[in-house]
Amino acid sequence: MAVKQISIFVENKEGRIKKAIDTLAKENINIRALSIADTTKYGILRLIVSNNEKAIEALEKNNFIVKENEVIILAVPDEPNGLNSTLAVFDEKEINLEYLYAFVSSNTDEAIVVMRLENMEKAIEALNESDVKILDEEDIKEL
Amino acid sequence: MFWNEKAECMNKEEKEAVQLKRLQETVKNAYENVEFYKKRFDEIGLKPEDIKTLKDIEKIPFTTKSDLREAYPLGLLAVPREEIVEVHASSGTTGKPTVTAYTQNDLDIWGECIARGLKMAGAEKDYIIQNAYGYGLFTGGFGIHHGGNKMGAITIPISAGNTQRQLDTMVDFQSDILTCTPSYAMYLGESREKAGISLEDINLKAGIHGAEMWTDEMRKRIESSLGIKTYNIYGLTEVMGPGVAQECSEQNGMHIQDDQFYPEIINSDTGETLDYGEKGELVLTSLTKTGMPILRFRTKDLTSLIGEKCECGRTTVRMTRITGRSDDMLKIKGVMVFPSQIEKALLKISGISPNYMIHVTRPDILDEVEVKVEASKELFSDEMKEMEKVEKQIQASIRSETGLRVDVSIVEPETLPRSEGKAVRVIDERNFE
Repeated sequence: MAVKQISIFVENKEGRIKKAIDTLAKENINIRALSIADTTKYGILRLIVSNNEKAIEALEKNNFIVKENEVIILAVPDEPNGLNSTLAVFDEKEINLEYLYAFVSSNTDEAIVVMRLENMEKAIEALNESDVKILDEEDIKEL
Repeated sequence: MFWNEKAECMNKEEKEAVQLKRLQETVKNAYENVEFYKKRFDEIGLKPEDIKTLKDIEKIPFTTKSDLREAYPLGLLAVPREEIVEVHASSGTTGKPTVTAYTQNDLDIWGECIARGLKMAGAEKDYIIQNAYGYGLFTGGFGIHHGGNKMGAITIPISAGNTQRQLDTMVDFQSDILTCTPSYAMYLGESREKAGISLEDINLKAGIHGAEMWTDEMRKRIESSLGIKTYNIYGLTEVMGPGVAQECSEQNGMHIQDDQFYPEIINSDTGETLDYGEKGELVLTSLTKTGMPILRFRTKDLTSLIGEKCECGRTTVRMTRITGRSDDMLKIKGVMVFPSQIEKALLKISGISPNYMIHVTRPDILDEVEVKVEASKELFSDEMKEMEKVEKQIQASIRSETGLRVDVSIVEPETLPRSEGKAVRVIDERNFE
């Protein structure tokens, strides 16, 4: 099952990321995971937050451009070959990875991986057939 | 040392007499044969006979680039079509170019003006002119070519580009004069050094450069990297092409061929004629062209006139280096660009906000353009490759509209400066002083 992530356009200028994070803090929104894809001119700030609707509203009010999109969040065994065996699932079905970022969870034997794939539907199907653990909105709140 | 001493060194009385006679003939030709001018004159009750002195030229309404555009393609001819032998065109804002048509007489005049300039640069009949201006609708290539023919020199129509071939030609033919845009001359100079060709291997003596603004710094670099003396040339398609004016070896202002073109400087806001020495917009009237006479054309180029006789002996009026434009037109890498063209290119892409900024710089010798566009929700994608695709799309659209390759930056919304009234769209940080 896919989970909604928010992406924010940030220009490569001092203080812009802080401004975005500040905006969320003021609304009491918790950031569960974060990653930045950057070029020399701008970056894309990707966030998993506690309340998308509230986050988007607050950010847009502050002139940020925000988009909500689907990602897959997985729990991967925190051990050698853990991520590799997960990626093998997509490899077999020839599903391209757009990007991924990982963070550790409070559950110490698992790492959490956020992924976006070229074909999300096919990816979910493939995961369902495998024994990889997909997290849903409820699971994420627990992290 | 003069191509046409009689024409270039007239005293004031002689010259004014020639100018007045030719002005009267041109006005008569325009009024009687071009509907556009007749209408303009009739609207204010002006008759050709009212032009009794040179000062009376101020009674004639100005002609603008948009007048020419409306007459596209051949609406301003003063002769039957069969007398036209060549046309050239310059790019316009709306996609429609402005066209200039030439009779054989007009081409002879053009050749005469260029020949005078070639002579100023030291050319002789046995000189080899490597003409690296572009051949085509652009006036640069053919203009120089006609002048080379007029003089009887050897003109190599190599056109612009293909740097290796340019260098080979310089060495193999031992070209004497290089004609091209200053930025290309700069590039050729650097390429010569890189290619390990020494100054002894080439035989260049002079460079005639124009069609874009350049600085003294560039002049020094071109002169040292090619071992030549350089001559600034001025002209514009709407009036004829290059050769309207050119520097002599004094390098102190460009001699306007004022027996062929009558220059005025005006205040671009009020239209009032200014004195010699005062800076304003150059207005040109053709005195001898018959195919498409042009009366009081507003060039939008800012300069001032020098009336004193030059050290070289010529008495033709000189104009100082162009320091800017009175409108929002930009000349980038020799190409005319209007902000509205960039706007048009942007509007072709869905999801783009109409807020943009054009930033022109010249970090070294070549112009660079950055177009900043405000991001919008439609434009933004979470995926980097999509973002890159958008940038490329914007680039391609601007390229097809203006012919220029620009750097595109997507910036956050509401970050480009807004001003009261007319938006500031252009930051031009090039220094031409």
